Amino acid sequence: MYVLIAGGGKVGTNLTRSLLATGHEVTMIEQRPYRFQMLEAEFEHQVLRGDATELFVLERAGIKRPPDLLVAATGDDEDNIIIGQLARDRYGVERVIARINDPRNQPYFDLLGVSPTVSATGAIMGLIEHEVPDHGLIHLLELRKENLEIVELTIDDHAAAKGKRVGALKLPDGARIISVVHNGTAEIPDDQTQLHGGDQVLAILEPGKEDELRRVLLRG
Amino acid sequence: MKALVIGSGRVGSAVALQLGGSGWDVTVLDENEDALGRLGDSWTGGFVVGHGMDLKLLREAGIEDADAVVVTTDGDNTNLVIAQAAQKMFEVPTVIVRVLDPARAQFYATRGLRIVCPTASAIETLVGAVRATEPR
Repeated sequence: MYVLIAGGGKVGTNLTRSLLATGHEVTMIEQRPYRFQMLEAEFEHQVLRGDATELFVLERAGIKRPPDLLVAATGDDEDNIIIGQLARDRYGVERVIARINDPRNQPYFDLLGVSPTVSATGAIMGLIEHEVPDHGLIHLLELRKENLEIVELTIDDHAAAKGKRVGALKLPDGARIISVVHNGTAEIPDDQTQLHGGDQVLAILEPGKEDELRRVLLRG
Repeated sequence: MKALVIGSGRVGSAVALQLGGSGWDVTVLDENEDALGRLGDSWTGGFVVGHGMDLKLLREAGIEDADAVVVTTDGDNTNLVIAQAAQKMFEVPTVIVRVLDPARAQFYATRGLRIVCPTASAIETLVGAVRATEPR
């Protein structure tokens, strides 16, 4: 596969190394002269010097072929957004992955359809939430495009839903229980499925419904 | 009528002053507090300090009920992102954005943004001025 990587910082460089090691063809674009010199010593013709938001630089890097994948991995979110838009909308690159440096900029990437996105802060926050659950609710997966997320909760002995049947729960609109793990066995629940202390529950819901779901399942 | 000017350099500040002078209710947003100096001591419009991509700040500066937004920070990509947000997220009726790079200006102009490209104008003027001296 031919991959174009914009930005030769730590992320771009290590990505290039990994992709080359697994037999892919890569061109990386780096603007800073000093950084470029260092990269050139290692990657030779596979790194190109220039501003990856300039069309002629992208074209010199082969964006018209077009690449199978473009990764916008610079340290500037606005640059990554523009690179992603140009790649997709002007050059017809089918797959674009963009790095988000400041998670507060996520709405811009979503608005302008530059996705999927990867954010180190977001990834680490996800791990922190998994290790230190936020009031009993663990975010497992965000389906951003579909505007849905999958969360996990544990029904403890004090939980409001303990002993109740799924059909009797007043779940908020836009939330549904998709799996109940009881004594290590997962089942797809129906209305008759009873929740026991220690059960793990997976639910799919619209973002923003977490508090309501938590109230129904955990607190009375 | 309410206008928001994002980026108060030579261009942005002059635009803000002229609009303010002709009766517009103008708020200026700039990263640098010193940019207020360009507006002069008698500036009575709004002034908000911070990055133009900060959505909270944009709301604070009144983007939600602005009739016009002028985007003139010193970064083309920053301008293009803010302008698209003004248009698509906040549905501001008039959004005008400065882009220095003619290539990006041309591409985004085809996508419904109102773009002013001083570089392209300068090129046209310069070439025109020289060619006007050609013997007929």
